[in-house]
Amino acid sequence: MDSNKVLETIKAIGDKIDAEKDYLTELDNIIGDGDHGINMARGFQMVESKLPSLEGKDIGTILKTVGMTLVSTVGGSSGPLYGTAFMKAGMAMAGKMDMDLNDFLSCLDVAIEGVKMRGKSTQGEKTMLDAMIPALDAMRTATENSSDSKTVLAAGIEAAKAGVEYTKTIIATKGRASYIGERSLGHQDPGATSFTDILETIGSAL
Amino acid sequence: MKKIINAVDQVENQMIEGMVKAYPQYLKKLDCGNVVVRSSRKEGKVALISGGGSGHEPAHGGYVGEGMLDAAVAGAVFTSPTPDQIYEGIKAIATDAGVLMVIKNYTGDVMNFEMAREMAEMEGIKIEQVITNDDVAVDGSLYTVGRRGVAGTVFVHKIAGALAETGASLEEVKAVAEKVIDNVRTMGMAIRPCTVPAAGVPGFELSDDEMEVGIGIHGEPGTHREPLKSADEITDMLLDKILADIDYAGSEVAVMINGSGATPLMELFIINNRVADVLAEKGIQVYKTMVGEYMTSLEMEGFSISLLKLDDQLKELLDAKADTPALKA
Repeated sequence: MDSNKVLETIKAIGDKIDAEKDYLTELDNIIGDGDHGINMARGFQMVESKLPSLEGKDIGTILKTVGMTLVSTVGGSSGPLYGTAFMKAGMAMAGKMDMDLNDFLSCLDVAIEGVKMRGKSTQGEKTMLDAMIPALDAMRTATENSSDSKTVLAAGIEAAKAGVEYTKTIIATKGRASYIGERSLGHQDPGATSFTDILETIGSAL
Repeated sequence: MKKIINAVDQVENQMIEGMVKAYPQYLKKLDCGNVVVRSSRKEGKVALISGGGSGHEPAHGGYVGEGMLDAAVAGAVFTSPTPDQIYEGIKAIATDAGVLMVIKNYTGDVMNFEMAREMAEMEGIKIEQVITNDDVAVDGSLYTVGRRGVAGTVFVHKIAGALAETGASLEEVKAVAEKVIDNVRTMGMAIRPCTVPAAGVPGFELSDDEMEVGIGIHGEPGTHREPLKSADEITDMLLDKILADIDYAGSEVAVMINGSGATPLMELFIINNRVADVLAEKGIQVYKTMVGEYMTSLEMEGFSISLLKLDDQLKELLDAKADTPALKA
């Protein structure tokens, strides 16, 4: 994937988030405060307006700009979390004009570390990490048998979806959903859902 | 959704503009966004900054002024402001004495304020923070991110702001803010939810004979739902939870009966009538009572009770001069 393709994919992610805006907000209404879709859509709208100025730039700069834009427009907890994830990925891609499968997995790895650090969270707390970590693990395993990025991404998407299903079975212990305790059972995490949307969009872009 | 607004994406900035136009003697808006600072900056004192999502008016802009905050940052409705906005606020008020951030314990607020703090530290600004967590509805165990910061935060603004005004050091102002946090407890309930303008639908649904107990201040559901009861029964239930949390026996307290945005003052006074009687019965002396809207949740119909346990220092600072749009002493 070259830097132009990265720009196109980010635009596609923005479109996907916008299309899923109401659904993500509805999920957040049940266990959180009902703004996840609205805030993410506002952030990616601003990201989209910055894309033309990023043409011809290296992937590190592109991802870092996406991250900083999300931090400064999304607010709530999704802003710092997704913002940190993209900024960390941007640092890992500094100066590069092309991204291969290994680069992508490294980006996701540092993004996960960033989210853990910023959110003081770990797997099993009903957060986006419950989709991110299984997706990365599944993709790493898939690379042992295949070097085809489409196949590997498909394994990641499947694991992320399973991760979203898993969030229905656990009680939230981080974020605003933790306040409702057992009432969060049976409902999927909006952040894990939006991450899966993003991964799916990347998968379709390949 | 039925609201008196112009456009959902304009509610926050038009609210801030309107507030600044109402109180130009107190407030000035920064160009960078929805950040208000005191119209006349005071040098040499610790500067206080707070904020959070919009929709809690008069919090937090209404508490900017002498004896309380130096800056308030407003995010989108019920959404934390972003680090760059908070950082602009910090820069605008920073003095050599330092800056104290008063953060309500919500995951997003804490993350955004901490990122702003990191930016300020990189610029050499002396900065500290306190995190309010007065809501007894929430279990403060390992299984949550800790209790929420709700209406009791206003006591932190008042008391820490009063001490800062005397020229006290950053360490002293932070210490008194923490003393307030250690001694204030709040619990709330609602009988009707509110609607975030951009969402267009209420945060939860309640039938006419139900109430939501243990609500926070962001239109989110509370800890549980039960059949609606009388004002006295509801008040007793909330007070029980508060009084069981710290030992108020024999002490003097400040009481805040906070309306959520659409609760008639009549009902707030009915609640206070019961609160005063119960406290008297238990030998808890009421030093000061505040009844009104201090930390709202849009048009939610409900209220919260806050009790602050006082000592001589807190009493003196609670009575010290405050001159802000929403609170005067």
